[in-house]
Amino acid sequence: MMIDGKIASIDGWPEPAILSSLSAGERAAQLAEVSREVRRSVVRMISAAHLGHIGGDFSVTDIATTLFFGVLRLDPANPNWPERDRFILSKGHCAASLYSVLAMRGFFPLDWLETFMQPLSILNGHPNRKIPGVEANTGPLGHGLPIGVGLAIASRLSGKNWRTFVVLGDGELQEGSNWEAAMAAGHRELDNLIAVVDRNRLQQGARTEDTNRLDPLADKWTSFGWETIEIDGHDHAALYDVFTRPGRGKPLAVIANTIKGKGVSFLEDRVEWHHKVPSPEQVERALEELSR
Amino acid sequence: MNGSSATFDCRQAFAEALTTLARQDPRIVAVCNDSVGSSNLGGFQKEFPTRLINVGIAEQDMVGVAAGLANGGYIPFVCAAAPFLTGRATEQIKADVAYSRYHVVLCGMSPGMAYGELGPTHHSIEDLSWLRAMSGLTVLVPADPDQTKSAVKWAAESDAPVFMRVGRTKVPSVSEGQAEPFVCGKANVLRQGAQATVIATGTLVSRAIEASERLAEEGVSIRVLNMSTIAPLDEDAVIAAARETGAIVTAEEAIVSGGLGAAVAAIVVRHHPVPMRILGLPGFAPTGSNEFLLDHFHLNAEGIVAAIKELRG
Repeated sequence: MMIDGKIASIDGWPEPAILSSLSAGERAAQLAEVSREVRRSVVRMISAAHLGHIGGDFSVTDIATTLFFGVLRLDPANPNWPERDRFILSKGHCAASLYSVLAMRGFFPLDWLETFMQPLSILNGHPNRKIPGVEANTGPLGHGLPIGVGLAIASRLSGKNWRTFVVLGDGELQEGSNWEAAMAAGHRELDNLIAVVDRNRLQQGARTEDTNRLDPLADKWTSFGWETIEIDGHDHAALYDVFTRPGRGKPLAVIANTIKGKGVSFLEDRVEWHHKVPSPEQVERALEELSR
Repeated sequence: MNGSSATFDCRQAFAEALTTLARQDPRIVAVCNDSVGSSNLGGFQKEFPTRLINVGIAEQDMVGVAAGLANGGYIPFVCAAAPFLTGRATEQIKADVAYSRYHVVLCGMSPGMAYGELGPTHHSIEDLSWLRAMSGLTVLVPADPDQTKSAVKWAAESDAPVFMRVGRTKVPSVSEGQAEPFVCGKANVLRQGAQATVIATGTLVSRAIEASERLAEEGVSIRVLNMSTIAPLDEDAVIAAARETGAIVTAEEAIVSGGLGAAVAAIVVRHHPVPMRILGLPGFAPTGSNEFLLDHFHLNAEGIVAAIKELRG
């Protein structure tokens, strides 16, 4: 997929229905390959913009890739198709990964990615609805889950039965609005709503557990009336299995244990890579590691 | 006043209009925060139990849920006491509704000092200032039941985010004789006059009419505008008032920093500077009934008459 050092379009990417017919191993291998391309794209975007949130972009990449390339019912040519599944990136600062996934999935041309955070580009530092495929303008934390609850209620009311996935940062869960929404979703038994927590255990300034402790995190969701599953957030097969499971009468919280900066050795699990920008040499090294 | 002393709680007109529209349009839903009674939504709930979404006492969630419902094809009317809707959920109003441009209708119940005795925590005097600063959000203050009904209908049919105040303090009708009680973005000229203009909104409109009648007895003719759309403001009506009457008093049940008065002043200084007085609240109000507090702050006919006389020297 790399042509002259640039990301090429992923023409002919199998629709989720086709993907589901592959063996689990083949599917996971394909998703891993796309994830590698997404991370390479993120490195280039952040390097060009001299801005971005590379650590969180990399922790969420496998989750976003599995959803967009393996699970969500979507039509990139008709992004407002009323019956589409909804995806909300509540941790909106990881826009570079979302934009890469959307472009590679065909929502907009890949060359738009080169405008990331450039003057007047619609690809600003946080997602907004001017961009095809973006459902909500996120960025301030704690906004995605309430919107997801509204979408899940709308799905049920309308009988169209789309599913709604909200991807949350773990540090973000310190915002109280999440728990207002969690309570409402549990009360309403919205089993068409899936919250995915990117549990990389780091926030901007320090470890989550040293800042404002989240554990026992699964117990919190369970006590709010959610079914809770903990998985490896970089295991495409495990992510696929959990995301394609039918609802079981309760909203589902997937605590995806991840590594901030996953995929590039010197970025992994280090607080300073929340929004540090790699030097040209580090960009070379990162792309090199991501091509293996 | 208009030959009738009958007064009305606008929440009743609001609920009737919303329920009528909901019968015609299945996309209309109501979202509230344990505020079924205070928003007068009991009838709506009875008729449309699944379309009344009560999220409990959780304003941030309430506004986010409304944005999600709008994304999912519904037209949510968010009904909650104005101070909590606009104060607690300000960032959701900004990011999820205004910036996201979702067609959500935010209905601030019992605004201003409607809950006078309960004190400043329960007063909503900042709402107009805060929400006027939200780009793309239409801000409405219907002054009577007819305006309320028309505004609800307009808000349902528009495709953009709206905030509207829905008053609980009893107000007389000020729409009699008007061809259309409410046109978004247009001031209603309630009294023609050449010697000054009062631009009033909400509960102050009937008081402005009363002031004009008192001044008429003294041979002073003033224009009275009912400015029921705060944003976008009817600039033409403001400029005409400045040019043709030479002095402007604004009157609102809201804090003076940033509301109707500030909006009018910005137009006046740019296009045709004339002397102005901005009548409203200087800060947090003490306790007292709504009527007492409006009088206490001279937000009444006497206060408007005094301001006009001061301007006219």
